[in-house]
Amino acid sequence: MAQKKGSRVSEDAEVLPEVPLQAVLLADSFAQKFRPITLERPKVLLPLVNVPMIDYTLAWLESVGVEEVFIFCCAHSKLVVDYLDSSQWARQPSFLVQKIESHDSTSAGDALRRIYDLNVIRGDFILISGDTVSNMCLTQALKEHKERRKKDMLAVMTMVIKQSKPSSLTHQTRLGNDELLMAIDPETKRLLYYEDKADHSKGLISLDKILLAENPAVYLHNDMQDCYIDICSPEVLSLFTDNFDYQHLRRHFVKSLLVDDVMGYKIFTHETHSSYAARIDNFRSYDTVSKDILHRWTYPFVPDVQFSGNCPIIKLDRRGMYRAPDVTQSRSAQVGPFTLVGKGTTIGDNTTITNSVIREGCTIGCNVSIEGSYIWNNVTIQDDCKLSHAIVCDGVVIKTGSVLEPGVILSFKVVVGQQFAVPAYSKVSLLPQPLKQDSDEELEYADSGSGFVESPAITSASDAANGEFNLKSSTNSERWGTSEVGVSGAGYIWSVCEGGLEEEWRQSVAPIPADKLAEFSLNVHAELDLTNQDGSILPASGELMPDSGSVVSDYDVDEVFKGDYAYFEKEVEATFLRAVHEVPGVDQNNVILEVNSLRLSYNLQFSDCASAIFYSVMKLALESPYSTNGELFTNVEKVVADWKDLLKHYLHSVDEEFEVIQKFEEMCLESTKEFSALFAKILHELYDKELVTEDAILQWASEKENADESDRVFVRQCETFIKWLKEAEEEE
Amino acid sequence: MDFQVVVLAGGTSKNLVPLVSKDVPKALLPVANRPVLSYVLELLESNNLKDLIVVVEGAQAALRVGGWISSAYVHRLNVEVAAVPEDVGTAGALRAVSHHLSASDILVVSGDLVSDVPPGAVAATHRRHGAVVTALLCAAPVSGPSETGSSGGKDKAKKPVGHNIIGLDPKRQFLLLVATGAEVEKDIRVQKSIIRAVGKMEIRSDLMDAHLYAFKRSVLQEVLDQQTSFCSLKQDVIPYLVRSQMRSELATNGVSQLEEGLEGKVASQNNQAWISQHLTHSTASFHELFALGPNGSRSAQIRTHKCCAYIASPSKYCARLNSIQAFSDINRDVTGEASRLSGYSFSAQNNFIHPSAELGLKTTVGPHCMLGEGSQLGDKCSVKRSVIGRHCRIGSNVKIENSVVMNHVTIEDGCLVKGSIICSIAHLQQRAVLNYCQVGASFVVTAGSEHKAESLARSEKSSSQ
Repeated sequence: MAQKKGSRVSEDAEVLPEVPLQAVLLADSFAQKFRPITLERPKVLLPLVNVPMIDYTLAWLESVGVEEVFIFCCAHSKLVVDYLDSSQWARQPSFLVQKIESHDSTSAGDALRRIYDLNVIRGDFILISGDTVSNMCLTQALKEHKERRKKDMLAVMTMVIKQSKPSSLTHQTRLGNDELLMAIDPETKRLLYYEDKADHSKGLISLDKILLAENPAVYLHNDMQDCYIDICSPEVLSLFTDNFDYQHLRRHFVKSLLVDDVMGYKIFTHETHSSYAARIDNFRSYDTVSKDILHRWTYPFVPDVQFSGNCPIIKLDRRGMYRAPDVTQSRSAQVGPFTLVGKGTTIGDNTTITNSVIREGCTIGCNVSIEGSYIWNNVTIQDDCKLSHAIVCDGVVIKTGSVLEPGVILSFKVVVGQQFAVPAYSKVSLLPQPLKQDSDEELEYADSGSGFVESPAITSASDAANGEFNLKSSTNSERWGTSEVGVSGAGYIWSVCEGGLEEEWRQSVAPIPADKLAEFSLNVHAELDLTNQDGSILPASGELMPDSGSVVSDYDVDEVFKGDYAYFEKEVEATFLRAVHEVPGVDQNNVILEVNSLRLSYNLQFSDCASAIFYSVMKLALESPYSTNGELFTNVEKVVADWKDLLKHYLHSVDEEFEVIQKFEEMCLESTKEFSALFAKILHELYDKELVTEDAILQWASEKENADESDRVFVRQCETFIKWLKEAEEEE
Repeated sequence: MDFQVVVLAGGTSKNLVPLVSKDVPKALLPVANRPVLSYVLELLESNNLKDLIVVVEGAQAALRVGGWISSAYVHRLNVEVAAVPEDVGTAGALRAVSHHLSASDILVVSGDLVSDVPPGAVAATHRRHGAVVTALLCAAPVSGPSETGSSGGKDKAKKPVGHNIIGLDPKRQFLLLVATGAEVEKDIRVQKSIIRAVGKMEIRSDLMDAHLYAFKRSVLQEVLDQQTSFCSLKQDVIPYLVRSQMRSELATNGVSQLEEGLEGKVASQNNQAWISQHLTHSTASFHELFALGPNGSRSAQIRTHKCCAYIASPSKYCARLNSIQAFSDINRDVTGEASRLSGYSFSAQNNFIHPSAELGLKTTVGPHCMLGEGSQLGDKCSVKRSVIGRHCRIGSNVKIENSVVMNHVTIEDGCLVKGSIICSIAHLQQRAVLNYCQVGASFVVTAGSEHKAESLARSEKSSSQ
């Protein structure tokens, strides 16, 4: 184990007290992507090609020099613990496997908080999920991480990434994950931006300008895949404890560190080039990784190498055919390349098998066609069946002439009736679909009390062939007589949950159907249209709008304000008219009260109230019938006299009076042109009633002095009045 | 080479007041005692680009520039000088001369560029990729923006104009993102379609757009005709072309020829061949791969065009004379580290003193200095890192440091000049002290006065300070 030695040497050189390399393995994905299978067996124990997933992860951890691994078991914890105890991992001298059981953790955040409480992590550790397959050498990444830590204590995490370009059509990687956008500093490899939940509706992503202010150059990656292998410093655990709302490793922890700048902690990346690293997150990645293993990308973790204690003996034949020694195969059966056939399996006449994994103890009849499927232990497939791109769990029976369309998942011990065609993307389980989905979709049902955990899924060689087994003793063959999966079948077809059938194909084991791809290639066109539209929103000319950012926002504020004021004015008018019409001789105080509350709710000034009230009063004058300007003026006189007190209440200072004059001028020009001929007269009337003072009028006149000719119509109309006012002032 | 060259010589830039005037347009400002425009013209000449259109803003400025060109380059270059109204912008200037353009590709270069990056290399890159536009990018000068940055601390509104945000593909061949002007101040917005097509984009803020572009003529004319609101090449035309590259809206572009060529090639390839091409990272650019679509069958609607970048090697000099700071910097660089550009052969002391210049007793002229024809220095003078023009009369005990003195300047005894620019025919009376000042043409600095960081100019020009 060269790597292990390497890491030891570097530690020795540091003269630090030697800390054995530790790892935290989360044996629960805290997601429900593998349902319904995970209702009966934990995800990490699902067989990947020929051994449970967790064996790949543990074998890799051992190979990179980890000396102590803490396995955090949550869902089906007992099964995981039992498996580990019975496996060779419990008996490794230099590889200590510690199990931590928890029943109340619902997220990776909870798990890490629990581990912090246990106080077992003494130095840098590797954080990994129990469904990761890798053969990379971690020495370099560890060294980089340690060196960074020596220089900068704030470098708390190193993420392993790998190049993988997402499809240009579906925007997902070959592992079925959403495309990932990362910004990385090319010099320091510091992670600056991380976006995995891409918003497809937006054609633009926007990066904070500070990124570039701090770094002369930034690489924006769309071609990287997150391997979910993290080298963490102990601070990471305490960060989770300090921020109890962190649940998801990426969505919460990483984002928060990048965006909120928590204590200045930094995350770095390490790109692995030639080696393999992938996490099995969904059925599509299960398919992809299985194929990669059969294609030996994960060497030495391939079926014919005994990398963990419970690897069955399998030999590699020509053309990538893996085969256990005691397979019974008919001479007329054809087994294609990159196929694995496990111990004790029998294959009947004229059966063709391509690109599939068939594990131990299966019985496959005649004229069966199996393509791209994963068939686990003790499965019986009767004659004339047709399977394509399906996952078939332990103990399933597929009766004569059945067809599995692409993307079907058959959970443990399901029985498919004769001549039955299971529709594409169906998930079939003996357990009914939980009726009410827990609102917290992160949660994987970990309730060990609900019976099914005790189902003999793993240990007993079941006699499920007849559909006669006991599940909570209430199940019997008669009940399944007319089941959803054909005559004498057994199992519920789960209805598609959130996302709908539309999204089902994205993460299915089946390849993406051709019509979907065609649909997408059409969409690319439309999408680009969208992008271009977005692009045109960008200022057409930076030169024309030198400070377009602020200009635009000012303008917006103005717009909002105008809109608000218009509503406000309408409401004030309505209030005022209610007071006038409905209750004769109304209490003016009520109006004042209402207008004041309106003012507060619209967040406006007193002067706005004055203008609005004035506007309402003048509108009232227009309501009474009139035929000449003289009559209109009498109306105005009357109304102003009636509502003098109300107006007075809002005219405290010259500013408000000035505002009213301006409002009046605006009204004469726009909404109520009827008054324009009477402007001077009404202004005089207002002055006589002591509603506006001479100061306000003179201020208004002087303000208009330099205005355009067109703006000064009313000033000129009032010229004599203003002159008189000025003279009166001088006399005083 | 079927390239036509348009030199945008500008007019009297406001940034350069008080150095420029109606008599001395920006193009004629001296850099190491030669008009700045001569650097571009000689660079083009050395690349065998001899058919030029020089566009000058303002009729009077055009007369001056035209007069100078015809006297200096009469048998060497075939130059046409065109006058355009002031403030039409770079795109407006090009629009005005658009009908003169006939070659298939146009090289547009700013008249204030002082560089030794071969334009021929830019043109070759342009041709090699069949791009619609190729821009020359150079490292942002270390001295320039950093110092303007420090002065920008005082007035935040004026940020260095040369500050760009540029996105490049991993091979640094294509321009994927350009943010200039006001956009630089905002968050960086990247089109997803581009990043998806490329996979990896390098975003850099340490590159400067050197204002040397190669355009496909048909595209340039189409954009200028259709987008009448565009007035700047750098801020409108280039961003527009870069933004729309994954979905070209250009109708008459030359790209179609290229696309047709590709189409023929594709027709002969079957699906499998395309996939293997894809896997082996073929030489086809992401544009072509993108346009090909995932099935290898070419979807007719997707059209792309290419925007390329030519990044000057760091050993090359590249600067633009677009501010007073840049004027000082370029003069210093051209007599100093980039002296190869000046066209003079420097002495062993790393300076250039014209044979007709006269030096008094105990007068020293340090390295990286230049002394023009017929200038006289009195006794006990000291000149360090400065450029002194022609026929200057400088008295005794004068100290000149880090400064540019233009032609026919009179400096009387005992003056101290540091970090300043003194324009032609200016007069410094006895014991004047100038620190980091600009003195406009014909200005008289009174005896014994002291000035610091001021802009001194004749009263008819409003002083900027």
